[in-house]
Amino acid sequence: MKALSQKRRHPLAALVLLLMGLMLTGGVYAVATTLNQAKADTTTYSANDIKEGNKLFIANCATCHGMGASGSASGPSLVGVGAAAVDFQVGTGRMPMQMQGPQAQRKPVQFDATQTKQLAAYVASLGAGPSVPDASLVDGKGNAANGGELFRVNCAMCHNAAAAGGALTRGKFAPALAGVSGQHIYEAMVTGPQNMPVFNDANITPNGKRDIITFLKTIEADGSPGGNDLGALGPVSEGLFVWIAGLGVIIAFTIWLTSRSS
Amino acid sequence: MGDHGDGHSEQGAVAKAGQSVAEKFQDPGIPPHRPRLADKDPRAAKRAERQVAILFGISVLGTLLFFWAYFGVRLDQTVATLRLQNLLLGLGTGFAMLGIGTGIVHWAKALMPDHEVSEERHEIRSEADRVAAVKIVDEILDETGIKRRPLIRNTLIGAVALAPLPAIAMFRDLGPLPANALSHTMWKEGTRLVHDPTGTPIKASDVTIGSAFHVIPDGLNEMTEGKLEAKAKAVVLLMRLNPELLHPSAGREDWSHDGIVAYSKICTHVGCPVALYEQQTHHLLCPCHQSTFDLTQECKVIFGPANRPLPQLPIKIDSEGYLVAQSDFHEPVGPSFWERS
Repeated sequence: MKALSQKRRHPLAALVLLLMGLMLTGGVYAVATTLNQAKADTTTYSANDIKEGNKLFIANCATCHGMGASGSASGPSLVGVGAAAVDFQVGTGRMPMQMQGPQAQRKPVQFDATQTKQLAAYVASLGAGPSVPDASLVDGKGNAANGGELFRVNCAMCHNAAAAGGALTRGKFAPALAGVSGQHIYEAMVTGPQNMPVFNDANITPNGKRDIITFLKTIEADGSPGGNDLGALGPVSEGLFVWIAGLGVIIAFTIWLTSRSS
Repeated sequence: MGDHGDGHSEQGAVAKAGQSVAEKFQDPGIPPHRPRLADKDPRAAKRAERQVAILFGISVLGTLLFFWAYFGVRLDQTVATLRLQNLLLGLGTGFAMLGIGTGIVHWAKALMPDHEVSEERHEIRSEADRVAAVKIVDEILDETGIKRRPLIRNTLIGAVALAPLPAIAMFRDLGPLPANALSHTMWKEGTRLVHDPTGTPIKASDVTIGSAFHVIPDGLNEMTEGKLEAKAKAVVLLMRLNPELLHPSAGREDWSHDGIVAYSKICTHVGCPVALYEQQTHHLLCPCHQSTFDLTQECKVIFGPANRPLPQLPIKIDSEGYLVAQSDFHEPVGPSFWERS
């Protein structure tokens, strides 16, 4: 320490300090910016994946999305949508679309995991976009309570407080979330499929998304605390049940009360 | 009053109400009494007695089931045990009540005496009664002398008219009038837009196209009193779309920042949170009554019962790149109220 304090008045001391300061801030900035992108590099695609994906794309997707995924009147451009969008749309069977309609419907998948990965590799090679999340973010082992709060603020208005789904305008709807894999939930949040808004990492942090997935998996596994939830659709199904079953029982008892004993 | 079938009913109310009706219709009286099985057969009576006892026994079992579930089901912090206990508690109390109720009804219907009784209608009031009543009122008026003493009458009217006025003062004291609380929110110039619920500020560069951020004003989370009331007025939905799609009217051109717009989340119909944002159609849907607002037309109502567009919060960015409000909303948020201009 003594040697250091003796050299602090050296003519080059200011220069050395300036360099140290610059390197420190630059280093911190580099670490901070790569933290958000860290998960992007966990899935790697080979050149072969991209080549096979291109073939699959031309055979199955280019009719609507155009050659080179540049878009056409029937489908949007896929440049920059990222691997996450492909993995979600193809992995849940929404793409290839069965027919034009208010929104693409979930259906049995048409491509196996390898083909989906190849398609994702091809689309990801066209432009930077959200990548498939790391397995540690979709394991459902986060904080379910925090996830519940984030879900109620950001998701429950469309997807229903019990994640049972709900109606939107003109035939569109927010689907129920039971039985959807954590990976697909995560990808839907970062890509905003169809009319769902995008929830980027600045809006809901990757850990927040992990908590939301944890919350959804928790309520799905625990079930309803009060017996049959009648679809958790609120007053519609509950009202229908009470009007039919409840009033039916009351009418039956009324008839029994006023009938003569045999 | 009279037991059925004893001939009394021919002189019932129907006959007295109008002679012409009596000529057309013969009062059929009460149908003949039919003895029940339990009246004729002692074995049937015994069987009914056992049935009633079984129903009461079911009630006892229901109560026992309740206490067995209450003390016997061990809650281990999982929903499954809670669900089991809830179910058994409900079934227990349900059967405890149902057993008593159905038992008593069955007892009354099958075993208790079943002679039928009919109660005859009161006579319709006679003219003489009406005259007598009017006479009593007239006598009272006469004896009080209210017609002869106008001084007493007028002072009484004055006293009765004034006496309820203190009640108005008392009711007014029940709470302060809302003053201008309905017209203002806690947004003011320079208030940062922060995340709901964490309270972290939002950079304009973080809001990518297609995003929807749920926003509260900075400082709301630190409030200790009236936080919910303040939040209920101040919540905002922040969205970004292609700036070419926005069609701001004159005077509102600089209320957005590069396609980022902020609108009140409180529906102008009855105040539900309008937060169902469709990022392709740019529609905002209210889940309560399906009012639909078009973001590209300054949240004009394009469907549903809402009457006014959602109020827009003018925003800008501060020197650090964070989104801040330019001012409060320029109109009251939420549903209509009496004094709303």
